[in-house]
Amino acid sequence: MGVLANFVVNVLPYITFIVFVVGVIYRIAVWWSRPSPAPIPVFPGQRSVGSAITRVLADVVIFRSLWQFPGNRILWLGAWVFHVSFLLILLRHLRYFLGEEAVPGWVAAVQGLGIAAALVISIPLLYLLIRRIVHADLKFISTPADYFVLLLILSVVLSGLYAKYFATPFVVDVKYVMRSLMAFQPVDLNTVSLNSAFLLHFFLVQVLAMYIPFSKVMHLGGIFFSPTRTHHFGGEAHTKKLEEA
Amino acid sequence: MGEQLEKIYDVELKPGAGEGYVCNLTKPEFAELMKTNIPKEPLPDEQMVEVALKRLDELRKERKSIQLYLDICVRCGACIKQCHYFIGTGDPKNTPVGRAELLRKVYRAHFTISGKLFGKLVGAEKLTPEILKNEWYKYFYQCSECRRCSVFCPYGIDQAEITMAGREVLNSVGLATKYITQVISQVYKHGNNLGIPEPAFKYNCQFLEEEIKETTGVDVKIPVDKEKAEILYLPPSADLFTNTDTMIGVAKVFHAVGADWTMSTYASEAANFGLFFSYDDMKAINLRVVETAKKLGAKLVIFGECGHAWRAARQFMEAMNGPLPFKFMNILEYTAEQIRKGKLKLDKSRNDDVVVTLHDPCNYARAGDLIEETRFVIQSVCNNFVEMDESVTKVKTFCCGGGGGLLTEEIMELRMKGGLPRATAVKEVVEAHGVNYLAAPCAIDKAQLPLVMKHYDIPVQVGGIHDLVSKALILEGQEEFEAKKKAEEEAAKAAAAAVPAVCGLCDAEFATMDECCEHAEKDHKISKEQCDMVCEAKEGAAAEAAPAVCGLCDAEFATMDECCEHAEKDHKISKEQCDMVCEPKK
Repeated sequence: MGVLANFVVNVLPYITFIVFVVGVIYRIAVWWSRPSPAPIPVFPGQRSVGSAITRVLADVVIFRSLWQFPGNRILWLGAWVFHVSFLLILLRHLRYFLGEEAVPGWVAAVQGLGIAAALVISIPLLYLLIRRIVHADLKFISTPADYFVLLLILSVVLSGLYAKYFATPFVVDVKYVMRSLMAFQPVDLNTVSLNSAFLLHFFLVQVLAMYIPFSKVMHLGGIFFSPTRTHHFGGEAHTKKLEEA
Repeated sequence: MGEQLEKIYDVELKPGAGEGYVCNLTKPEFAELMKTNIPKEPLPDEQMVEVALKRLDELRKERKSIQLYLDICVRCGACIKQCHYFIGTGDPKNTPVGRAELLRKVYRAHFTISGKLFGKLVGAEKLTPEILKNEWYKYFYQCSECRRCSVFCPYGIDQAEITMAGREVLNSVGLATKYITQVISQVYKHGNNLGIPEPAFKYNCQFLEEEIKETTGVDVKIPVDKEKAEILYLPPSADLFTNTDTMIGVAKVFHAVGADWTMSTYASEAANFGLFFSYDDMKAINLRVVETAKKLGAKLVIFGECGHAWRAARQFMEAMNGPLPFKFMNILEYTAEQIRKGKLKLDKSRNDDVVVTLHDPCNYARAGDLIEETRFVIQSVCNNFVEMDESVTKVKTFCCGGGGGLLTEEIMELRMKGGLPRATAVKEVVEAHGVNYLAAPCAIDKAQLPLVMKHYDIPVQVGGIHDLVSKALILEGQEEFEAKKKAEEEAAKAAAAAVPAVCGLCDAEFATMDECCEHAEKDHKISKEQCDMVCEAKEGAAAEAAPAVCGLCDAEFATMDECCEHAEKDHKISKEQCDMVCEPKK
């Protein structure tokens, strides 16, 4: 294993971690600190904190707003399957980080779903990519960055699948590497059996993680700050009770 | 969704189709009156970019919405077909995302790391005077700030916020529209958007009082500039001129519940065009209302049938001008409350001549939480109410095409194109349910929708909700007046029936109308209901048979003949000249 492999395994992960964490925190801190001069909810349904929370959660969990228009429902399906698959895959990968020996029960439980998600996720990804090329209006509004992030995720998925099914590294060694990184112990690459398929996958994942704070992928944090959804009017702002007047 | 509505979403893409629609630029005399500090004319090109970027930087720091909505769009395209101006024009820059990208690309190039590093690869483009003049000035004035896109956006991105920011940046370089600045100038000069001066405003109120008296026999007051009042009412000023039935309806409601109310000539307008222009002017216009209410000691401020008024009040007044020493509400909430309390005597059957559908004003439904009250009031005052397709009503309502400060002549074609979705939805209910009245409780709707309906050849009348309330509402003393009036009319009709009549088909003459009608039925097979189509009073007969008055001595006579005899005898006026003195009694 060469210098490059050593960099990807022993150095880059720390850079990635710092860029990702600092970047994400910075972006969220900016949104957090910006003032809202006036409440601008889009009605209906936000007459209390509770209803605002419900609305945001409905948008986060079931993509409620996207469902509203019949013409958007294929997009809804593609987007929802993609995001849920992505989440399941992330959860499955916790098996390489958690637990001294055996993985925690709930991570083990999600393994099957995570594998299924990895096999499925390419379909919504390709759909999301192709629709940008096929529909003239979407093609018009798409920037190179929109294609880039989809291709990047696709390459992560495919390299992961390749490493899992065609050039499988020794799984125990993968976990050993991750645990070592978490303990700030450099790994001697001569003592572990890692292949180039794994290294490529690991590298691409890190590129994606570093890209996130600078990109539109930050929508995952932004949605929790969206004034039209989080703002609400309590009963005190304006009353319908004439008795008080 | 009906077939016709489904079709509107098949939009043919026509890049650049919106470029021809450009609002006229402001004039120095309007620009200088704005509370926002804007140059009297567009800045020279070499200064534009710097000033604009400074303003954009301020705005993204002042408003969470701007910063966030510049950052998190993923360009999924869910909003594209939700915009009426895109449906109408097919221009991809006229989509919510396309329009916002005009601003985002500049934001990325000047204010983000990725934009500075990778430029066009991440959709970044440095600002130029051409972008300001040819893209922003055109397309940010092809958005009506209706916020429909926000409902469908997975992150709630609100194009109205982006448009408002874009326009504030344009203001800073002197690119403002004549229409909006002129309207705001009128408010600062005369207190209302139409620029009605105080005397004319008061005169019109008197005129409306007289009209109510004539139709109901009741003395309904429309008070202006009372010194103290419980309620300050703010009409859209168009209600004093063109939509007078709405104003009459409101005045009758206040009269019926015995409210202590007034309007003010200092703040005689509900609408707030600051919403389309800048926070500073919105605040200044709202301040006129707050000051007036304080001076009056009003405990309640009521906004008339006007969508943008309601948003500027509901979402901004407390935040900008608060704390407020009064409650405020919309007139529809007020009337609904009065109906619920049983304070209004309503006869729904008086609106049986109309089949009503409702156009939800954008700013009622999406910004003002005013969805159920409008329907409750309509259903309380008329029997026939039909909803349009649920995909275009309530929170999903489509703009009339003229909101957001676009209600101006020079972009009439765009306005008609923007009205297409609403027109299509109305057409469906007209064809399916015989709808003939489009209730549109907003002054902009009332100006825009009649033109849209005419443009798309849809036979409906456009009017307010209080126009319907006015028809159904029965005031104290009104029924006696109506009964008396009816009796008089019947007496006149009976008198007319007693005069000689002529059959229009065969010229036969009869002593009375009834005889003629009998003849028509018997000989011409024309039913008695349609008798008036053939039988006519003999020329001059009606006048001769009617009571007459002598113009010289005011003596009254049962018939014209008797008067003429009196004129000849007492005033020596020959019968030929009798018409110079004798007149039918009024």
